[in-house]
This record gives sequence, structure tokens and C-alpha cells, in this order.
Amino acid sequence: MTSKDDFEPVIVAFCCHYCAYGAADLAGSMRLQYPSTIRVIKLPCSGTIDVLHILRAFELGADGVMVAGCLEGTCHFMEGNYHAKRRVERAKRMLAEVGLEKERLEMFNMSAAEGPVFAEVVREMTERIKELGPSPLKRPLKNSVSQRRPGRR
Amino acid sequence: MIIGKQKPLEEIREMLEGYKRVLILGCGTCVTVCLAGGEKEVAILATLLRMSEKMAGGDKTFSEHTIQRQCDNEFLDELEEKVKDVDAVLSLACGAGVGLVAERFPDLPVLPGLNTTFIGIPQERGVFTERCLSCGDCILDETGGICPVARCTKGLLNGPCGGTNNGKCEVDPEKDCAWTLIYQRLERQGKLERMRAYRPPRNFQAVVRPGKVVAE
Repeated sequence: MTSKDDFEPVIVAFCCHYCAYGAADLAGSMRLQYPSTIRVIKLPCSGTIDVLHILRAFELGADGVMVAGCLEGTCHFMEGNYHAKRRVERAKRMLAEVGLEKERLEMFNMSAAEGPVFAEVVREMTERIKELGPSPLKRPLKNSVSQRRPGRR
Repeated sequence: MIIGKQKPLEEIREMLEGYKRVLILGCGTCVTVCLAGGEKEVAILATLLRMSEKMAGGDKTFSEHTIQRQCDNEFLDELEEKVKDVDAVLSLACGAGVGLVAERFPDLPVLPGLNTTFIGIPQERGVFTERCLSCGDCILDETGGICPVARCTKGLLNGPCGGTNNGKCEVDPEKDCAWTLIYQRLERQGKLERMRAYRPPRNFQAVVRPGKVVAE
């Protein structure tokens, strides 16, 4: 059993290609340090996110999910980030119905120039999920330490 | 088309108590359009049920399938295979579909995942409104295509009541006054004199329930 201090969250980050992923890329170019807890999934637009994608991420054991899109009013596809916002709100209500904390899911907006914002967002989400603890739906990863045979690297 | 609304998750979970292997069955026609019971909604509900089952420490398993229509026997043929290892079916069809699946598989509990509400249309994205009460004696020719039986809150047949208020209904101010709409439609078509026609109380037994129609 991992203690709270050992807990390394797994956060799925759905990032739009134009802004959020651009910001993530810039954060990398700027050599900004941020926790390695996120698993980035690039979408053409945050508006292509579906409630089902978010719920499946939690079903499969994600501790947190973030959806990152363009700043409101500047979505490359005009309104995609507004659709994403509504779907994230709906998914939060569904998580509450199931007994998961709504705070495990969040939507963020940023521009492609905001590398530091991306890093800060990841730090904020990581802290938040560490506070909440591992998802009750988590299943052990296939190659988790507890399952490695002795002597195997 | 038939408009339905999914039951709350808690109610569905209570219905499923005691069953271990559940097939969630969607319908590809009306309930897909009204975003209540189509393939997408089946997938979402299955995920939510698996998550809440795991949270509760249970071991129910959920399979998913959607057919074109649940209200027609020819589409139910493919279910023979799907129901083999299942001890209950949670149908997301309207009441007609749930009932026919239950009739086809009488030894299998077939549970309703939706509440069937009315015959209606998509008024705007995500909003569905009632348009027809299936009274069996259609008068839409006289009212410019707007049904006072279904759309007037009081079901009046001879013009608006005294409570019509700037085109809105006094009983529910969110709703349009059907007779105002009828007036405007008839005026537009130059047929206003039809408003003067006297209509006696409608025949409430035009369709004797449960209804049956035989096509010749």
C-alpha cells in the first residue's frame, strides 16, 4: 500500500492542438519544471472532448482529468472551448452521482504563448489530486512494483 | 417521435439489485434523436454503472448493445445471441420497445432505463417539446397545423381563455399560448374565419385504449 507521500497521481490531460498543446510545448522549450504526473492526449480542439472520454479515463483508473483549451473567445474553431466547458460541467455532475469528487476534473483555458501557465496548471492539478488521494477506482498497473518478480528490473 | 428521459442513476441502480450480468440495450431511432437511449447514452450509462458498482464493491458486469429499433420484431432477432449469458436487460427504449423485448424474452427481466414522456419534436438543440397527444381525431387542418389538444395547457378547442398574456400561457408563463400561435398562423394564411368555427367537446374515446390499428 502506498502512503499519501508516495502517491504519484496519474492525471490525463486532454489538450487542444492549437493552444494548450502549444503551451505545453513552449513549457518544454523554456525548460520549465513541472510534475511528471500528466499523460497528454492531443485533440484537434477541446470541443472534440466527449463526456464519455472523461468518464472512461476515470473508469480506467485516472486519479484526475484536465481538459485544456484556448482562452475563451479565441478558440481556433470559434466555439469548441465553450462546448468543452459545458461537457466538463456535465461530467462533473456525473462524477458526483457516482461518488467521485468533482474536483478531480477541471477545465483550463490558456493561449499557446502561456508556457508558464501550463506548468502552473499541472502543478495545481497535481497538488489538488495529491490532497484528494488516489482514485477509489484505481486498479494496479500491470507493471507496478508490487507485481514485479524479484530479480526483474 | 417519441421523447423519453433517462431515469436517475440511483433509481436504475435500485432496479438492478440482485442481478449480476446486465445487458444495457439501446435503441437507434427516437431515443437516439432525443439523446436519451442511443449508442452514446448506452456507453455513458455503462461506464457510470461500472464506476458506481466498483465504488460499492460489487461485482455486476455490464454489456452494451444497440439495435436499430426495439419496437419491431425483425430487429430483435440479433438479440438471441446477446442475451444468452445475461440475467437482466436494461432497455433504454421507449415503453413500446421495453415491452416488446420483454415479450420476446419472457423469462428474462427487462427493465426500463427511461421514462417515456410524449410525442414531440426537437425544438432547438437539446430541447424537445410535445406536439401530439395521439387523440385519434386530428383537427390540424382547422388550426393551421398547431394542435390545441397537445399544446394548449387547458386543451381548449374554441380559442384562447381569458388568461392569454402577450402570447404566453397564464398557467405556465414559460409556455406559448397555443391559441395565439393558431391565430397568427391562420392570419398569415388568410384563413382567420376558421377561428369562428364552433367545435363541440372532443371525443375522448376516438381511440379506445389499448389502441389497435389494422392496416388493410
